[in-house]
Amino acid sequence: MLAYALKRAGLAVIITAISLILLISMIQFIPGDPAAVLLGPLASPEMRELFKQQMGLDQPAIIQIVRFFGRVLTGDLGTDVLTNRSVLITVIEQLPYTLALIATSIGWSALLGIPLGCFAAVYRGSLADRIVGVLSVSSIALPSFVVAVYGLLLFSVRLGWFPTIGAGDTGDPLDQLYHLVLPSLAVGLGWVGYLARMVRASMLEVLSENHIRMARAFGLQERTITYQYALKIAIIPTVVILGMGVGNMISSAVFAEIVFARPGVGRLIFDAISTRNYPVVMGAVMITTGFYVLCTLVADLIAAGLDPRVRSAL
Amino acid sequence: MSDQLFDDTQSRSAGRFRDSAFGRIIREPMGALGITLVALIILGALFAGYTGYNPAKLAMRDRFLDPSLSHLLGTDHLGRDLFTRVLFGARIALGVASIATGISFIGGLLLGMIAGYGPRWLDSLLLLFFDSLRSFPTVMLALALVTLTGPSLGTVILVVVLATLPGYARVVRAQTMSLKTSEFVLSARTLGARPWRILAVHIMPNLIGPLVILVSMDIPVVITIEAGMSFLGLGVRPPTPSWGSILNDGYAFIRESSWPAIAGGLPIIIATLGFTFLGETLRDHLDPRLRRDR
Repeated sequence: MLAYALKRAGLAVIITAISLILLISMIQFIPGDPAAVLLGPLASPEMRELFKQQMGLDQPAIIQIVRFFGRVLTGDLGTDVLTNRSVLITVIEQLPYTLALIATSIGWSALLGIPLGCFAAVYRGSLADRIVGVLSVSSIALPSFVVAVYGLLLFSVRLGWFPTIGAGDTGDPLDQLYHLVLPSLAVGLGWVGYLARMVRASMLEVLSENHIRMARAFGLQERTITYQYALKIAIIPTVVILGMGVGNMISSAVFAEIVFARPGVGRLIFDAISTRNYPVVMGAVMITTGFYVLCTLVADLIAAGLDPRVRSAL
Repeated sequence: MSDQLFDDTQSRSAGRFRDSAFGRIIREPMGALGITLVALIILGALFAGYTGYNPAKLAMRDRFLDPSLSHLLGTDHLGRDLFTRVLFGARIALGVASIATGISFIGGLLLGMIAGYGPRWLDSLLLLFFDSLRSFPTVMLALALVTLTGPSLGTVILVVVLATLPGYARVVRAQTMSLKTSEFVLSARTLGARPWRILAVHIMPNLIGPLVILVSMDIPVVITIEAGMSFLGLGVRPPTPSWGSILNDGYAFIRESSWPAIAGGLPIIIATLGFTFLGETLRDHLDPRLRRDR
C-alpha cells in the first residue's frame, strides 16, 4: 500500500507539472500576441514591450517554464497587476467560498441521491425505478448554468423566496446557508442523478452476492439488509467517483458564482479576465487544477485502501 | 432444422423496420422522445431563415414584448425576435458540435491507436499527456485559453477538442491493446502485414463502432460547453445569436422580463435532453458492453 501511495503521489506531481507546462506552452504556441490581447488594441508598442518584460514573456519558453516552477515552489504565484497584492493570498481569500459551495452541493445531493439509488435498486424494474432512471439521466444532462438562471428567475425574482446576490453576512452562518440554497441547487442537481445511478448499479451488484442471500436466509429484515449490509459495500465506488467529480463541480461553481454574484475563485477568475489581470487568472487556474489533482489522488488512494486489486494496476 | 432456418429468415424480412436499429429505438419511449427533440432542433436550424425576422435587426420600440402569435417567444432588450434568434442559435450549437466532435473523433482515434500499438515509451508519454489535459477542469481550461486568444468560435472548438479528445484516445488505446493480441491480428502479422495495414484494415474497423456511440453520447456535453462559454461571453461574438448569449442577455435583464431568459434556456434543455435520451437508447441497443450501470 505504501509503495502504491508513493507511486500514485509521484504521478500526481508529474501530472501537475505537465499541466503547468501545457499551460505555459499554450501561451507560447497559440497564434497572436498575448500582450496585444491583454492590453487591448489601444496599447502603444512601448507599453507592450514593458508588459512583456514585466511578465517575463520576452524570454524563451524554456526559461519561462524554469522560472515559473522556481516561483511556484517558493509559493510565489506572482502579483496582482491591479492591486499589487500577492496572487496566492488573493486566491486563498476566495477559496473558502467556493469550497463551502462545493461541500453544500455534495452534501445535499448525496443525502438525496444515495437513498434514491437504493430505492431504485430494491424495487428494480418497477415503474418507480424507471421514473428515477429517467429523472437521473435528465438531471445529469441539464447544464448547471441553465438551472442557476431558471432557479434565480423562479425562486428569487418571481417568488422572492431566496436572495438574488451575495454570500450573506460573514458573521451569520444561517444567513450564509440561506444564500447557499439556490447556488448549491444548481451545482448539485446533476449529482443527485449521477449518484442515484451509481448507487443503483453497485447496489444491484452487491444485492446478488452470497452474503446478502445468507442474511436473507437468516431472516434479517429487508431494511437492515439494504442499509446496513449492502449499502456499506455499494457506497465504495461512489466515494471514489465523488473525488473525480470535484473538477466538474469546480466548473459548475464558476457559473453559480457568476449568476448569483457570489464571491469565490470562479468569480475571481472571471473578473480577472474582464480586467485583463493575467497573473491572477493563471495563478487561480493553477491552484484549482492542483486542488483537483489532489482530490483525484485522495479518491484513488481511498479506492486502493479498500480494494487491493487497484493497487497492482499502476 | 432447415425449416426452422427458413421460418426465421421469413419473419425477419417481414419485420425489417421493426428489427432495424432505428425501429427498435423508436419503440422505446425514451428513444422516441429523444428522436423527436433532436428532430425539432435540426428542423429549427434548417428553417431558421423562414420566420420573417432578422435575428440581429434592432427594433427598440418592440422591447420586452411577451410571447404572441407574431413573436412566439417574445422579444429581447433590443426588440429582436427571440424565436428567430433561438433557431439561428441551433445552427451555432449543431455546427460547433459536429466540427468539434469530428476533430476529437479523428484525433482520438489516431492518437489512441498510436499509443496502443506503438512502442511502450510513446504510450507512456501520450498517456501522461492525456492525463495532464484531463486534469484541467473544463471551465478553467476555457477561461485560461480565452484570456490568451480572446473569445471566438475557434476557441470554443479548441476547448471542446481539448476537453473530449483525451477520453476518446484512452478508450481507443485500451481497445487497441486488447485487439493487438487477438488471433486475427496475430495471424495477419505472421503473414507479414505491416503495422499501418494492421491498424487501418484490422484494428480500426473494430474501434469505430464503440467510438461513435461514445462520441454521440458526448454531444450534449459539447452543446453545454458552447452554450456555457457563450453565456460567460467567451464564445461567439454578438450579435451572432448563440443559446448561451441569449440566456446571458436574459439574465442581465431578468427583472425587466422573464421571457429572454426562458427563451435562452429552453433550447439548451431540449437539445441536451434530446441528445442524451437518444444516446442512452442507442448505446443500450447497439453496444450493451458500454453500459456502466448494469
